[in-house]
Amino acid sequence: MGLEELVPDGILTTTVEKMVNWARRSSLWPATFGLACCAIEMMATSAARYDLARFGAEVFRASPRQADLMIVAGRVSKKMAPVLKRIYDQMPEPKWVISMGACASCGGIFNNYAIVQGVDTVVPVDVYVPGCPPRPEALIYGIMKLQEKIDRAPLKGPDPAPMSEPPPPPSKASSASA
Amino acid sequence: MAIATTPEFKTITINMGPQHPSTHGVLRLVIELDGENVVSIKPVIGYLHTGMEKSMESKTYHKSITVTDRMDYLSPLGNNMAYVAAVEKLMNLTIPERAQVIRVILLELTRISSHLVWLGTHAIDLGAMSVFLYCFREREKLLDVNDMVAGSRLTPSYFRVGGFFQDVPDAFVPHVRKFLAEFPKALGEYQSLLTKNRIWMKRTIGVGVLSAEQAIDLCLTGPSLRGSGVKYDVRKAKPYSGYETYDFEVPIGKNGDVYDRYLCRIEEMKQSLSIVRQGLDRLKPGSVRADNPYLFPADRTDVKLNMEELIYHFKIMSEGYRPPPGDAYFSVESPKGELGFYVVSDGSPIPLRTRVRPPSLINLQALSEMCVGRMVADVVACIGSIDIVLGEVDR
Repeated sequence: MGLEELVPDGILTTTVEKMVNWARRSSLWPATFGLACCAIEMMATSAARYDLARFGAEVFRASPRQADLMIVAGRVSKKMAPVLKRIYDQMPEPKWVISMGACASCGGIFNNYAIVQGVDTVVPVDVYVPGCPPRPEALIYGIMKLQEKIDRAPLKGPDPAPMSEPPPPPSKASSASA
Repeated sequence: MAIATTPEFKTITINMGPQHPSTHGVLRLVIELDGENVVSIKPVIGYLHTGMEKSMESKTYHKSITVTDRMDYLSPLGNNMAYVAAVEKLMNLTIPERAQVIRVILLELTRISSHLVWLGTHAIDLGAMSVFLYCFREREKLLDVNDMVAGSRLTPSYFRVGGFFQDVPDAFVPHVRKFLAEFPKALGEYQSLLTKNRIWMKRTIGVGVLSAEQAIDLCLTGPSLRGSGVKYDVRKAKPYSGYETYDFEVPIGKNGDVYDRYLCRIEEMKQSLSIVRQGLDRLKPGSVRADNPYLFPADRTDVKLNMEELIYHFKIMSEGYRPPPGDAYFSVESPKGELGFYVVSDGSPIPLRTRVRPPSLINLQALSEMCVGRMVADVVACIGSIDIVLGEVDR
């Protein structure tokens, strides 16, 4: 720890990238975007028993301009899809999307004329949370997975690899970003 | 009563929703304002249209139960009940006593959990954040009941045509008894936070007044109707599942304002507790399945040993059951009001048509009557007080 021996106690050194990612991951502000049943579980996640505040993501913002995470909670109808896209566009960068539940991820049990078969046809999705509706634990797990993804995000350049691929070994990642 | 606007001042039209925290989902309101006064208000619905009725026309009777769960997702078992009861009426089935009692217990617990979401969100809309956290604390215990009986918190699909597939687990009765012991204290907490709260009273008393005549003219049902002083409850008017044998009151309001509807629902929760208690007391061992080999597969051992049971099992799993041709309408008192299902059968395993009478959609009509002439801030209180669920409005 070469540099830290030279500075006074209580000071740590890190990269800007790690620090920015730490700040971003630790205070994800979701937009209140409840659509259907999953929204009730989303409310339960932020309420007393599950307490999403432990993960820094409890500040549900009514205005998309103050939010950086969109939790698409519920089925997206074809009438709602343009509204959803508009709200996504209004959110400032950087922004992430969690597709909560089977309906938002793939249409769920509603394969018919009214429902968009997967919200990823409208906005880019970072994390899919399965379930109908997902339990609050599952949503919290999805948020933790998103935090892992944010941790790996480079400050510049393309987005990190999709979640399905294993993350690169830590030594290589740090040397590549340095 | 529309407010006359002077010619030099134009009204402005604003959009409330579909993404708005106080519209309880994806309701969009086009509000015409004169300053802060509401001149006209027009709900625009359909942002959550799911095509449920159409979907049910392509599913067997059994599979449609899962669709009903997702309609009024705050009281999934209430929807299950209305649907399975309509099919049971079509098939002319007799439900065993134990199944009826368990149904009543679960329906009343669901009513409480739905009212808890209403209370929490209604209070949050009017600025009382902490009530929401307390309400959800109690609601989790009720979701545990769903989890226990059906393995799912929010969308249990526990009711079956003809009773239940499985009996409730052993832990059910002690868990519900514990809840019954704890809940009155919690209810007292909510009331101590709200009932005599000066801000709450100012925001709700005299707001969104509906007279009894208006409420009847608008076809309102449920607490929105009873808040105006009309004593109509499907559980009393057209009893089902043995409600006529339970002893409970139908609370009504006097003034028909937001505050009275609040008091009505609080009182309803107390009555529900009493019904659950009576139900637990009369719960006796027995079968929870109607005696009909076409509805429920036989025991696994029988299926393996007997040819006939195997055939029934195969028929049920591959095709489902065939109600006789005809139609049936059945309505129940859901937490929102009178929820009805109309099912038409042509004798095949798939319904020809399923139609829903959604209380939320019909109660939503009252919004204009309540809000016109009042301040825009009262719109939020009025929406909260009619307790709509957009999943049910749009279906």
